[in-house]
Amino acid sequence: MPEALLSVRNLQAWYDESQALFGVDLDVREGEVVTLVGRNGVGKTTTLKSIMGMIPSVKGSVTLHGSEILGMPSHKIARLGIGVVPEERGIFSGLTVRENLMLPPVIADGGWSTERIYKLFPILDERKNSIGTKLSGGEQQMLAVARILRSGARLVLMDEPTEGLAPVIVNAIRDLVLDMKRDGITVLLVEQNLRFATKVSDRHYLMVHGKIVETLSNEEVVHREGELLAHLGV
Amino acid sequence: MLESLGGQIFNGLVSGAFYAMLSLGLAIIFGLLRIVNFAHGTMYMLGAFVAYIGAQSLGLNFWVALVASPIVVAIVGIVLERTLLSRLYKLDVLYNLLLTFGITLFIEDAMRLKFGMQGSPYVIPNQLEGVLNLGFMIYPTYRVFVIVASLVVCIATWLLIEKTSLGATLRAATENPGLVRAFGINVPALITGVFGFGCALAAFAGVLAAPVNNVAPLMGDDIIIPTFAVVVIGGMGSILGSIVTGFLVGVVVALGAFFYPPISGTLIYILMAFVLLVKPTGLFGTLEGSR
Repeated sequence: MPEALLSVRNLQAWYDESQALFGVDLDVREGEVVTLVGRNGVGKTTTLKSIMGMIPSVKGSVTLHGSEILGMPSHKIARLGIGVVPEERGIFSGLTVRENLMLPPVIADGGWSTERIYKLFPILDERKNSIGTKLSGGEQQMLAVARILRSGARLVLMDEPTEGLAPVIVNAIRDLVLDMKRDGITVLLVEQNLRFATKVSDRHYLMVHGKIVETLSNEEVVHREGELLAHLGV
Repeated sequence: MLESLGGQIFNGLVSGAFYAMLSLGLAIIFGLLRIVNFAHGTMYMLGAFVAYIGAQSLGLNFWVALVASPIVVAIVGIVLERTLLSRLYKLDVLYNLLLTFGITLFIEDAMRLKFGMQGSPYVIPNQLEGVLNLGFMIYPTYRVFVIVASLVVCIATWLLIEKTSLGATLRAATENPGLVRAFGINVPALITGVFGFGCALAAFAGVLAAPVNNVAPLMGDDIIIPTFAVVVIGGMGSILGSIVTGFLVGVVVALGAFFYPPISGTLIYILMAFVLLVKPTGLFGTLEGSR
């Protein structure tokens, strides 16, 4: 088995006095798409934010290519080739579509060119001078992913990219994630939509109360969908 | 009558030029750091003093001071931000307000000890002496220069923030600094730079003010309170609001003084109260900007 690109060991995190993560362990290998599933409030977003250095009170270990990154400032972590597509898209209301797209600096070679992005999402070109938040939810999600692909990130942390989107847009996001996978981009995905997750992911981690309790294959998720949906409270 | 009214409007534009430059710096700092920088008037005073000391000790002329003084004061601001302000970012913003108030008292008293309360004159450069015939009235050349220089600096700053990628980064960091940092942008360095730039704007205004007023340790106190009122009227953190309101308030106050002199000192605060009642976020402000 190849060495993990991202390795998380005994990750614990706190918001003030309140502990949110109780020892998360997970591995993501190069080129994989791995999903974190679990009901709201179990610590999925906190796990992504902790990896990204966005939570000040953390303990444990997070390594990228074997080097420890826990405790590093988040801008330095990003420069190591990690991109983030945040919950609720994180489109800036004070910036145009083009400014939103060009905001993340290029952190590595091999990022998607604006031509490629505009070819795939012509709406981002057509509405490049509109305010970013004036786009529809689906278009904003495309923009949120596109700006990270432009930066050249090789590991992308995606937080609920299908949340609140129409099925046709969910399919477009699925195609986009599969495109990223073909490009060799590694993805750690937080997702509640199990059908979407099984179509794009290689493996799934089930999270309960701030810990990983089970690793599931696609077949296991499909086989146990009813049980898992009940578990997720969806 | 018409010529005196025109002269009064121009006097208002000169006051407005100082309000605009100072409130612009305050707005930029408030936008990114969420700090009401009480020491801004002190940076204005230091700007004037650097020009004055430079002229007295090194023979630096006005034009060199106009460039050198903002750089020196920006460095002072950067040192203050790195060594003091940055330590309080995790606490309530009121702590930084108190800190900047303390910095003001400390620097002002140090300057009073060294230079006394009496103001020192700073001469107008030769090229800007005399008067200019504007066609409809005669007005001192230096004061016309103050209006033009302020407009150029304000518009350049507005263009920098609204039309460049650096400005877009700044606006994004104002909205969600954590996410901007997660994109790989060094937001703490950006904050330091912005604080320094805001202080440089205040110092530039201070150098321009040096030939108009005497250079005195308390000169910042006289202007900072009306400038805070300008920021509130324009809308907390609004760049365009600061510029337009700065000039507007300068003219309104000057006209108030022309038609009914007893009201001139309080007009700006009456205006502020009125705007707060009608539009609490200020003329150009948004709810997000003032949160």
